Amino acid sequence: MQRFSAFALVRQALNGQNGWDRQWRDPEPKPAYDVIIVGGGGHGLGTAYYLARKHQIRNVAVLEKGWIGGGNTGRNTTIIRSNYLFDESAALYDHALKLWESLSEELNYNVMFSQRGVLMLAHNVHDAQVLKRHVHANRLNGVDNEWLSAEAAKRFCPPLNVAPGMRHPVLGAALQRRAGTARHDAVAWGYARAADSLGVDIIQNCEVTGIDRDATGRISGVQTTRGAIRTNRLGIVTAGNTSVLMAMAGQRMPLESYPLQALVSEPVKPVFPCVVMSNTIHAYISQSDKGELVIGAGTDAYISYSQRGALHISMHTLEAICELFPMFRRMRMLRNWGGIVDVTPDRSPIMGKTEIPGLYVNCGWGTGGFKATPGSADLFAWTIAKNEPHRMNAPFNLERFGAGRLIDEAAAAAVAH
Amino acid sequence: MLLIACPYCGLRPEIEFSYGGEAHIARAADPRGVDDATWTAFLYSRSNARGDYAERWRHTHGCGRFFNAVRNTNSDEFVASYKIGEQRP
Repeated sequence: MQRFSAFALVRQALNGQNGWDRQWRDPEPKPAYDVIIVGGGGHGLGTAYYLARKHQIRNVAVLEKGWIGGGNTGRNTTIIRSNYLFDESAALYDHALKLWESLSEELNYNVMFSQRGVLMLAHNVHDAQVLKRHVHANRLNGVDNEWLSAEAAKRFCPPLNVAPGMRHPVLGAALQRRAGTARHDAVAWGYARAADSLGVDIIQNCEVTGIDRDATGRISGVQTTRGAIRTNRLGIVTAGNTSVLMAMAGQRMPLESYPLQALVSEPVKPVFPCVVMSNTIHAYISQSDKGELVIGAGTDAYISYSQRGALHISMHTLEAICELFPMFRRMRMLRNWGGIVDVTPDRSPIMGKTEIPGLYVNCGWGTGGFKATPGSADLFAWTIAKNEPHRMNAPFNLERFGAGRLIDEAAAAAVAH
Repeated sequence: MLLIACPYCGLRPEIEFSYGGEAHIARAADPRGVDDATWTAFLYSRSNARGDYAERWRHTHGCGRFFNAVRNTNSDEFVASYKIGEQRP
């Protein structure tokens, strides 16, 4: 792998920018691999990377039906935080946050991780009680989170409107200082480049059309638009399309796939110092390093794979943004799009083995998968390598629904659906 | 915004309705007579399919009634709507 560095920038500038290598190969699929990962988003590419890096399993292919990072990885609002309520979730998301902190260095790729802080606003007594409960639970689990008064929230985020006459006044906020944002595309590309350099084949424009099993019922391979490929270990990491893939193995999942919209504004000078989220008046916003406001909404109400939602959802969010940040009322929105989010009944992910030997699934991250990318990838690689879930993802199994051990993070998910 | 054909009220905008999830998932007639696996499937297991999908809607800001519809989940185009208890067309 050609290392990126300031020295490399100077050398290549002097060389007329002609010496940069491809960041990853474009190989033909081999007839067989030790592990096949279906889904070339951040979670899937990261899984392949950690299989190679930490478990020395390098005969791996990532199959992506479109282009890598073209699904939810390329469509999210880039927020990273670990302030979820339950012990199991705190461990999982904070594992991811700790990996984010060293990710650019580990991958030799600038993922632009910025720990600018995430403020979650309270607008009424119930909000304040719920957020304070989260603060206490987080701190008991060693995750940073603190309660701010309305005035302190305004000092942390000067554009915030804390005037008393608002329809939804700001009573205070919970702040996670270590939380922030990263550049979503860079995460896919960074993992792809690093995984490729370790021998992983990244195969794009390759849609899985069937899952093959042998006479004992064990996974034996996949059928794809680029031919049949054999394997004994198959990891499904396809987010909104998980039910489609799992149906190929005869499995029904506790998942519903909804559109989730986001928008960006015209780029402006840096004016917004952190991430702000409001559950009650439903909006979340940050400013990218390109200067665009990145704004997200709740899901549209119905199951859809269209990657498109309706205007009233975006309008509802923009009304909230305009009330919270009056200076943004004249901003023009440049782009609006949707992803496909696979939502579970308890708004917590599913990661682990399945009934079928050799079939592993990592899904159900719903509206909040981007923040968990490195943690999810690391733990899923472990699960596949060891054929057992890691302690941290063991509670997030498929069996919890029948057993009644749901991990209800609907409030912490902070996205209405 | 979707325009949804309520079988009782006709075509109305999406914001008048609440979504009711997948249709034709029957609750056990004898709740105590079925096992945990059946209950788990009833509560949680869904087809979540691409393509023509049978689902429920409720006209909450209209007649208030539930009804079924078939909509293509790739294009969001409605194929049909029909009353609860009727067969999927």
